[in-house]
Amino acid sequence: MESFQAMLHMGGYGGYVWPAYGVGIAVLVLVLALSLSSARKAEAELEVLQQTRRARRGKDSESQE
Amino acid sequence: MHRFANPARFLRLAKVILPWSNAVAALCLGAGLYFALLGSPADYQQGESVRIMYVHVPSAWMGMFCYVAMAVFSAMALIWKHPLADLLAKATAPVGAAFTFLCLLTGSLWGKPMWGTWWAWDARLTSMLILLFLYFGYMALVNAFDDPERGHKAAAILALVGAVNVPVIKWSVDWWNTLHQPASVVKMGGPAIDSSMLVPLLLMAVGFKAYWISILILRGRAEIAAQKVRIIRMAQIHAAAQGE
Amino acid sequence: MTRKQRRLYFVLLGMLALGGAVALVLTAISDSLVYFYSPTDIVEQRIPEGRRMRIGGLVENDSLVKDGKTVTFKVTDVTNAVPVTYTGVLPDLFREGQGVVVEGRMDKGGQFKATEVLAKHDENYMPKEVADALKKSGQWNDGKQQK
Repeated sequence: MESFQAMLHMGGYGGYVWPAYGVGIAVLVLVLALSLSSARKAEAELEVLQQTRRARRGKDSESQE
Repeated sequence: MHRFANPARFLRLAKVILPWSNAVAALCLGAGLYFALLGSPADYQQGESVRIMYVHVPSAWMGMFCYVAMAVFSAMALIWKHPLADLLAKATAPVGAAFTFLCLLTGSLWGKPMWGTWWAWDARLTSMLILLFLYFGYMALVNAFDDPERGHKAAAILALVGAVNVPVIKWSVDWWNTLHQPASVVKMGGPAIDSSMLVPLLLMAVGFKAYWISILILRGRAEIAAQKVRIIRMAQIHAAAQGE
Repeated sequence: MTRKQRRLYFVLLGMLALGGAVALVLTAISDSLVYFYSPTDIVEQRIPEGRRMRIGGLVENDSLVKDGKTVTFKVTDVTNAVPVTYTGVLPDLFREGQGVVVEGRMDKGGQFKATEVLAKHDENYMPKEVADALKKSGQWNDGKQQK
């Protein structure tokens, strides 16, 4: 427990060291989350479009027969 | 190089690389954090505050590295019209901006206790701030046009023009006297940094590079999918107009 | 020449011209890009008293005198030294033999009245044990610090 407090204290620089790491992790996680969600969103949208197109093509070829 | 410029090939390559880049990023950043916060000694002058270096310095490297990558992609897009180069340049910009921001912020948090000030208008700090604004300018410009192609072209030219700032950042501490200290790791005569402190520094640097590759793949996938969506929509509008 | 080659040369030439122009401008305004002057600059150029400026160098060994909250010390670049007085909080890294940047004005008596004191650190990072071992074995190189 004592070492945990020493860790938080960081030889008096805890107020500078911990925010640096905190913001660092927050920024990296944020960029990752945004990139992941944009990839998922765009790929889902493409999937829907391609499916409707395939479905329509399927219908078209049926009616032609 | 043209072999990799094909979106289908990129997607296939991305699928193979992504798990590896994710694993390397997670391992290196995990181990890097352990060594940065627990497994490395305090500095003989700066005490525990030296731990900020393990975020600050790799972030600064990434800020410059991403800009060089962005400029190279932009040049490839302008000269050879690679279908992917524009997308990769655009995908790199936010990562570079994020790391440059982190570099400035952690530098400020380090400067206050050590130098006695949050900020100084010396050549190194000022040129790094200009780098952040170049990223912002790039990201604004690339989305400023209705026609994505024009946006890519304008932003690519900005990326190339701004590239002159990178050597200025790197050597500002040697060309002019600055409050910022000169380079420790990349310098003649070997690093001026003890190996126990070099370990977390390099682990974080490798982790950040792998993280960039993962983000590049994710954002590249998003851009390629968005482009396909645009093409299908255009074709639909076209077909509808003809059908009437 | 193909169009690709033409574009390649255009970009290369453009970058070269731009790089040259920036290099010229930076050389021309080099004086205003330095963050501080050295004590030798101050002594040689006889900068007028009362002008706000920054001086950088090392805190001379055994020159530091504390009198309550006011400190006096000398900033040296080995060749020349400037006496400085300052009242206020000093940064953690401030100590004799270490790099320092002081901002303020020269007074009539040739004393530099600092309103701000910034510590400059060098590019060496090592644990205390290694520093002590280096000093003990006589491999410590003080000359590496800021000139």
